[in-house]
Amino acid sequence: MDNITPSSITRVMLNVIMALIPGIIAYVIFFGWGIVLNIIVAVITAIATEVFMLQLRNRPIKPFIMDGSAVVTAILLALALPTLAPWWLTFIGVAFAIIVGKHLYGGLGYNPFNPAMIGYALLLISFPLEMTVWLQPDNSLSFAQNLNYVLHSTLSNVDIDTMTMATTLDTVKTQSGLGYSITAIQANYPLVFGQFAGKGWEWINLMFLFGGLWLIFRRVISWHIPTAFLISIAVMSLLFYPSTETSPLFHLFSGATMLCAFFIATDPVTAATSPRGRLIYAAGIGIIAYIIRMWGGYPDGIAFGVLLMNMAAPTIDYYTRPKAFGES
Amino acid sequence: MRDTKIQKAISHFHGGLKLVEHKEQSMQSGIAAAIIPKKLIVPLQQHIGRPVAPIVKVGDKVFKGQCIANIANDETSDNKNKQIITAAIHAPSSGEVVAIEMHSLPSAITQLTNCIVIETDGEDRWLESIKPINNPNDISKEELRDIILDAGIVGLGGAGFPTHVKLVQEKKLHTLIINAAECEPYITCDAALIKEQAPRIIQGIQFILHTLNIEKCLIGIEDNKPQAINALKLALDNAIEADTIQIVQVPTRYPAGGEKQLIKTLTGNEVPLHKHPHDLGLVCHNVATAYAIAVAILEGKPLIERVVTVTGDGLKHSTNMRVLLGTSMHDILDVCGYTESPEQEIIMGGPMMGVHLDSAHYPVIKTTNCVLVKNKATIVEPLPCIRCGECARVCPANLLPQQLYWYARAKDFDHIQDYQLFSCIECGCCDYVCPSNIPLVQFYRHAKTEIWVQEAEKKKSDHARERHEHRQARLERKKQEDAERKAIKKALLNKKQGIETSEQDTKKAAIEAALNRVKAKQTTVAKNTSNLTEEQQRKIKEVDRRREDKTQKDKNQKDKIQKDRVHQDKVDKDHG
Repeated sequence: MDNITPSSITRVMLNVIMALIPGIIAYVIFFGWGIVLNIIVAVITAIATEVFMLQLRNRPIKPFIMDGSAVVTAILLALALPTLAPWWLTFIGVAFAIIVGKHLYGGLGYNPFNPAMIGYALLLISFPLEMTVWLQPDNSLSFAQNLNYVLHSTLSNVDIDTMTMATTLDTVKTQSGLGYSITAIQANYPLVFGQFAGKGWEWINLMFLFGGLWLIFRRVISWHIPTAFLISIAVMSLLFYPSTETSPLFHLFSGATMLCAFFIATDPVTAATSPRGRLIYAAGIGIIAYIIRMWGGYPDGIAFGVLLMNMAAPTIDYYTRPKAFGES
Repeated sequence: MRDTKIQKAISHFHGGLKLVEHKEQSMQSGIAAAIIPKKLIVPLQQHIGRPVAPIVKVGDKVFKGQCIANIANDETSDNKNKQIITAAIHAPSSGEVVAIEMHSLPSAITQLTNCIVIETDGEDRWLESIKPINNPNDISKEELRDIILDAGIVGLGGAGFPTHVKLVQEKKLHTLIINAAECEPYITCDAALIKEQAPRIIQGIQFILHTLNIEKCLIGIEDNKPQAINALKLALDNAIEADTIQIVQVPTRYPAGGEKQLIKTLTGNEVPLHKHPHDLGLVCHNVATAYAIAVAILEGKPLIERVVTVTGDGLKHSTNMRVLLGTSMHDILDVCGYTESPEQEIIMGGPMMGVHLDSAHYPVIKTTNCVLVKNKATIVEPLPCIRCGECARVCPANLLPQQLYWYARAKDFDHIQDYQLFSCIECGCCDYVCPSNIPLVQFYRHAKTEIWVQEAEKKKSDHARERHEHRQARLERKKQEDAERKAIKKALLNKKQGIETSEQDTKKAAIEAALNRVKAKQTTVAKNTSNLTEEQQRKIKEVDRRREDKTQKDKNQKDKIQKDRVHQDKVDKDHG
């Protein structure tokens, strides 16, 4: 319990960015340089739109750029996109997140919805094809090829279909929908599974878990949201385990689970604010995300889980006010 | 000789902060003797409660310890008025009254207060009647209380609540809590006083215990003051009849010295919302107050000086010193090598809860525990609240400061009270940790003041309306009575004129008139909300509705439980 140095928003955001680095490295190792290019496009877009909106709204630019929140939004959205994404996809998502998701609601601190997830949901609904083209893990694309795709949406000399596939969650969903068992899917799609979850994904998730624990250790985020979220995912998948054939471990280390647990659901502006409220809020995201994963129309349900619980946050806060000192 | 055990705290409070202490600087030397400044500016309000009126004139010679201001005599003589919340003021040194005029007080709100200005003669001569008392043990409880009342003693921990009021026993109390926690950074006046005057403090505690018939005393002190703890232990080892006094060492964690926080730490009990410590059988006094009580009873000296910590980065050396009340802060800062600088600010009290002053030209008053000269913090523009919840984590009152801030900004005074604004002790922990640098406590203070103003206005309008209604009723009554009188007169006149009127008729008329009077009275009593503004009416209606909703909900809940129970019984029976 040491709190001698007061914190600042900038410090919070810098810590968040630092904690994301191990996960980003894992991304690069398994899926190539695309993710870094996504991040660069996203950050440039975020800063440009942030400055534009601040100017439009007559707000001081320096303190609001320096707080780093726009950059964090950009990076989180970039991490949610396919590693092979044309620049305009990233641009539209981030610009929409900053302009509509954040500034039209009043800017930092006033947005009811997580801006990154607003941007993601827009892209997922508007550009389903681009949003589901994922590179295979361990692909041999060079940095130049990645860059070429980001800029021109093509891969010279390479047929894109030979390099891409659906993600692990996507494959499991469609194949088991067709009646295949997990062992059958494993046999048909050797590139999909790793040691205990999706190939590559398990490492990315592990790295985000590691970064997230560091954030808790540094007291940048509290333990409530990650714990409740991960427990609810685990409990939900355990409840339906034998019949769904996907273990809690699989769900915890696939898709955006860890990214959401420590970096997305923990966005304080849009989460519930009382400790008890945060537990309920995060458990809600876990339940919704799992339901969408298993029975919904999308391979992963994190974004919709977060957005739906964002809506519920004020109500949750209202009913979870802690008892004041001496209140019975 | 006994071996007093140092107890450990049995509980803890929510939140709080570990702060850099900055206490060493002022603890290096002992308590310095008081200086006698050329001029003393003695405010007539140094306490919570009613101000007092001067009982000296300009030109009067006064002696040290002479009472110079009190509430009117006829009020004190009445036994009941021992409960009056006020405190007498005494001359801190001998000299001549040169003016009685308005000066501003060192307080959060700029306010002018009447002050007695004394030009000292440097002789520092005591009033002759002030002498040590030979037989303190023979004094009755009544007399002890009177001595404390006459000595003008107030709580020296910071609030300045008149002490004599807290020495009247209304309920059976079982534990006295002595607050020696002194949790704010920089301040060491209590620790220094304990180090030097522990035996006197124990005597003071014994007087309080005796006056209030209390069996047990817990002295709460933070564990960062080993010297003071040792001094207390030594004093207790050597004291007579002090078995019931215990020293409890509490973890150093701001605000451990908050009254309710300390009670929780020492007893494990939370003082319920809207209740007071005495509802739990407890009473709290500050350690310096206990000392002042002992001095007043044993030496006969009223409260005319106190120990003040003079410290901060802006001074050549820091120390604790005795200061005559009314001494300008500037004078005591001079002793510590102070040079004025625009980069520094002067704070009365500690950095967390102290009052930021615009200059050092304010008098030291009974509640001045520290004068701090600190480098001004760089002003950072606050950013919007991101609801990170850090403030809620550190709030010792277990509130949601982020929500309070939201409602304070929106001037939503109904909701802000639902979130228990008035439980906020303004300790400043939330301010300290806020990553957006929002001056949260300022918002809460503002909201509190606004609510008080609204309530006062409502009271005022209620009062005016009542007066108006009474006046109307009175006029109405007068009219009736006039009419009655006229009727009787007429009847008499008629009789006189020889027209036969039976006596019964006059009686009938009188009865009728009386009935009318009663009727009139009934109609004039209107609902007490009838002439408020529309806005107020609407608010009242809203509150009523919410209350009804709640009772309805509670009722539904109860009904449901009842129904379930009946159902269960039935099921049980059926199965049985």
